[in-house]
Order: sequence, then C-alpha cells, then structure tokens
Amino acid sequence: MRFLLRRLLRALLMLLGVSLLCFAFTQMAPGSFFDEMRLNPQISPETIATLRAHYGLNRPVPIRYAHWMLSLAKGDFGYCIAYNSPVGPLLWTRAKNTLLLTATATILTWLIAVPLGVWSASSRRRLADRFIGASSSLMISVPEIVVAVALLAVAVRWRLVLVGGMVSLGFDDLSLWGKVRDLFLHMLLPISILLLGGIGVVERHVRASVSEILDTPYMNAARSLGIGRMRLLFRHALPVAANPVISLFGFFLAGLLGASLLVEVVTGWPGLGPLILEATLSRDLYVVIAATMLSAILMIAGNFLADLLLIASDPRIRDGEAHAQ
Amino acid sequence: MPGPLLHVKDLRVRYLPESGGKVQALEGLNLEILPGEVTGILGESGSGKSTLASTLLRLLPASAECSGCVVFEGEDLLTAAESKLRRIRGSKIALIPQDPAVSLNPVTRVGEQISEVLRAHLRLSRSERKQRVRQLLVEVGFEDVDRIVDAYLHQLSGGQRQRVVIAQAIACRPSLIIADEPTSKLHSELHCQILALLANTVAQHDTALLLITHDPTILAGFADRLMVMYAGRLIEQGPAESVMRRPLHPYTRALIGLSHGHTSGNRASHLPSIPGEMPNPLHVMPGCRFEPRCSEKMGVCATTDPQTFSPESSRLVSCLKYGN
Repeated sequence: MRFLLRRLLRALLMLLGVSLLCFAFTQMAPGSFFDEMRLNPQISPETIATLRAHYGLNRPVPIRYAHWMLSLAKGDFGYCIAYNSPVGPLLWTRAKNTLLLTATATILTWLIAVPLGVWSASSRRRLADRFIGASSSLMISVPEIVVAVALLAVAVRWRLVLVGGMVSLGFDDLSLWGKVRDLFLHMLLPISILLLGGIGVVERHVRASVSEILDTPYMNAARSLGIGRMRLLFRHALPVAANPVISLFGFFLAGLLGASLLVEVVTGWPGLGPLILEATLSRDLYVVIAATMLSAILMIAGNFLADLLLIASDPRIRDGEAHAQ
Repeated sequence: MPGPLLHVKDLRVRYLPESGGKVQALEGLNLEILPGEVTGILGESGSGKSTLASTLLRLLPASAECSGCVVFEGEDLLTAAESKLRRIRGSKIALIPQDPAVSLNPVTRVGEQISEVLRAHLRLSRSERKQRVRQLLVEVGFEDVDRIVDAYLHQLSGGQRQRVVIAQAIACRPSLIIADEPTSKLHSELHCQILALLANTVAQHDTALLLITHDPTILAGFADRLMVMYAGRLIEQGPAESVMRRPLHPYTRALIGLSHGHTSGNRASHLPSIPGEMPNPLHVMPGCRFEPRCSEKMGVCATTDPQTFSPESSRLVSCLKYGN
C-alpha cells in the first residue's frame, strides 16, 4: 500500500514537471495560431490583436500556466482555438476511438506474439524457429509508414476492406450485426498495420527470454520428473521468463499512442492522431500540450502497470529480494 | 537372485561442442543395478559421473551422441519413444539433482511443484494430491508443513530445498532413484541428516539408489556396491565394503586414502588431492588413462589400454597389474 502511494506521488510530480516543460517549450516555439491571418490583407492587425487578447495569448507565461492549471482542475485542459471548445471533451471523444483501436491491437498482438515466441524458442534452430525468426526480423526492419502505405494501397486497389473513417455513411440505420460488421471492416486495416508493427518486437523478446530459461537446471529438473512438454513451456518456462516481457509490456503501452497516431493519420481513423497532427501544424497549443501530457500519462501508467504485474507474478520481487539467481 | 533392474551395456557418450572436436564423456560402460540395492558411483569431477546420470534418463543436451543400451524393465531407454520416456521419468526412475537452489522453479509454490509430479503420472483428485503432498513433506522431515506447502524457493534454506527435491523424487514411489551429489551444496552438518533421510526412504520402499559422489566418506556403511569412474570409464567395481577396505586400482586407493587423510583433520593447510590432472578429453592418448598420475605404473601402461580383470570373485578392476 505504501509502495502504491509513493508511486502515485512520484507520478504526479513527474506529470507536473512534464506540464512545466511542455508549457515552456510551446512558448519558445516561434509563431502562434493567428500568424497565418497576418498574411491575409482582409484581416486587420487590430482584429488579430483582439483575438490574441481574447484567447489570452498576450498575457505573461506564468499567468497562462496558472490559468491552464485551473482549467485542468475543471477537466477542460485549456481551450482549443480551432474547434472553439475546451480541449478536454474534444480529446475524450477522439481518445475513445483511439482506445478502441489500440486496445484491440494490443490484445491481438500479445495473444499472437507470446505463443509464437514460446514456440520459436522451444523449436530452436529448426524450421519453425527459422521461419518465425525471419518473419519477425522483416516486420521489425520495415518502417511502419511503409507497411501502412503498402497495406493501404493493397486494400484500396482490391477493395478488400473498408478504408477511411471508422464507420460508413448510414451506419445508424444498420442493424446491430450490421454495425459490428461495418466497424470490423473499418478496423481491419489499421489493426493489421499495428499488428505487423508490434508482433515482431514482442515475439523477439519472448523468444529471447524463454530460450534463456530453457537451458536452466530447473527446466532440466522438471523434465527429469516427467512433466509434459506443454506444461514445461507454459507453466514452468513462461512464468520465469515473464519479467523482461512484462517490462516490455509497459513500454509497449507507452509507445502505442505514437504508433497509432501514424496509423490513424494514414487510414483516416477519427482518433487522436489527426487531431494532434492538425493542432501541431496550426500551433493550437493547448491541444498539443494536452496530447503531450497524455502520452506522458500513458508512459507512467504503462510502467506502473508493469510494476504491478511484476509484483503479482514474481514472489521474489514481492518479498523485496534481489534476484537470487 | 532377481534379475537386474537396470542394465547398462557398452554405453558411450560423446559431446560434439560447437567449437569443433569431440569429447568422449563415457567410454563403454557396463553395469547392473539390482532392485533395492544402493550403488555408489565414485569419481572426481570430470570423470563422467554426471553425464551418466543424465544419460540414464536420456536428458543429454542436443550436442551429445550416445550409443550402447540402457535396459530398464525390458526396454532400451536410449531408443524408447519420447512419450514413453516421459512416463518413466519421475515415476519409475527419479533424479535428485545436484543443486536444489537452481533446480526448483523460483516463481511456483513448493507444494505445487511436488503436486505437479503426482499430476504428471498418477490419476488422483485434487484433494488426494493435496494430501499426498503433505504426507510427502512429513516423510522428508518437515514439521511446519503448512508453511512449506505455500513457500517459494527463496524462502527456504539449503537443507529444506534438498528435502523438497527429495520429496519430488519419491512422490511416485520410483523403483530407482539417481542422486547426483545430493550433499555437495550443503553444510557438512547437514550431510548426515540428508543421507540418513535418503537411506531411510530407500530402505522403507525397497527403492534402488544410485548415489553419485566424489566423496568416499558418504558411501561408507551406506552403499551396497561401489563403482569407481575415471575419465569416462568404470575402472573398479565390487561390494562396497570390500572395495573400501581393500581397493585394487591405484586410483581408488588414492581416492580412499585422501578421504581418510581428510577426515583425520589437518584440512586447514591444504585440501589433499591426487597429483596431476584428468587427461584432456579432447586429446586422447593411447594406454591407461590414469597412467600419467599413477604411482604404480609399469612400462606397458603407457601403450596398452587395460581390459577389465576379475582378480577375485565379484570384484572387477581395469588395471594391468591384475593381468596375467
């Protein structure tokens, strides 16, 4: 319990630091949302000055930071100029879509990659291992953007799946089954891109840590007691091999937001990605700050979750012992 | 006289390391183990005694090659199907590993690890298994069974770990237990306790025991028969008492002599050892393997590989001194 509180306190402090840095950096970046208006001869400088004053852009930075903190307390996270609404609700509607995509992708990635890694490790240097190894190297080395664009091209060309957006026009008129089907067909492309990006990395880690365990004396001892192969792999090797893999899981969660941004922009998924890209390009700074905060929160939450999982899975860590190996 | 429980014929094992070359670990071993008999295998490290233990259960690494046969209950274990072997391992032949500290799973409860052996071989209900685990823990000398059942490896002391490993080995009442240096990682005060426990269990259930060790003192008064290994060969075997009292092979004599010197104090100065080293298994020389270190060598020893002689009944020795 004390451990949890300490971690929570540390996380809050960290977020405070991140927010300060974010604020400082966005102020240092040149230009503002209204700069492009200056090029327009039909908008007078006075109008622009009024707009800046209206959104508080002319006030000193510490004051704006204080205001932002206040709006944070209300759950607004500042104000989005382009959408003329508080950032919080705006972000939340988009975040739900991103969450649907990333949660599904995460579950599928791990469900596929973990057994593959174990299988690969257990058939070391045989055909299956070589094949899995080569495919995951390929998946790791091809940049995600290339995969995304290639799959997009294929999908559009052969009309395999529905591309663009999250649902079709007339979604509301569909039956429940029709809705599920429509959503599924839209998800197929972005999910595939995320899977191709993620499975290779996870499979590699699982294979590496499991194959390290397979040669240990206790695996030999278990084998000498006549424990079956599947049980050996999944009940003996995997739980011991889990620690580095769990740490990877934490980082994986933290990296998901970044990965999904790209995928969302390429496939037109109405998640956080397009919103953040737009906001960054137009210097809609509170949205940018909120997005950065979000990814910091994901990083902290991912690591925190990994720590909890480690405590749950390894009695040695639970007992506060150093790894006695 | 009953037939042998385990019959090893001309067993040869060699390792093919990735760095190239061949290492002959076992060279033509012949031995028999009778039901209920305690057999001691004595040898220095590198003599191939641990390889023998793994070969009997076919647990050698993939880089090893073996030939010959290991017949157990009428079946050659070296050629048996993997599924058949799995059913023999742990249920009919059990291995007590060398170092219990690394032979138990660190993240699984001890009770679960014993129960798993039962589960792999016997049809028992959950509660029956639970009860058996507790019985076994009592049998290996635990008093606070409740704590041990739920304990993890790192919460146990060395002696407790050894007891748990023994409980695993005896869980299915095997007819043969192979113990590979069961006391080498323990404090010397615990040696007697663990050995007494082993002796009791095998006597009670009429289990055959193959006790592998480098230390002749732990075999005294315990083993029925004694086999001495050197450089992958059995160089002497016979009834334990007679071998201990009157070793025939110069190597056995040196080993047993050492252990006497060792126990009679004087250990502070230096650990006694036989001068010289085991021959490099990568470069096999002609002649007797022990010749370079032998204090009683003769001219022929450097060129002639000794056969096995039987200078008296029930004793076998591979030394040219006993040739005609």
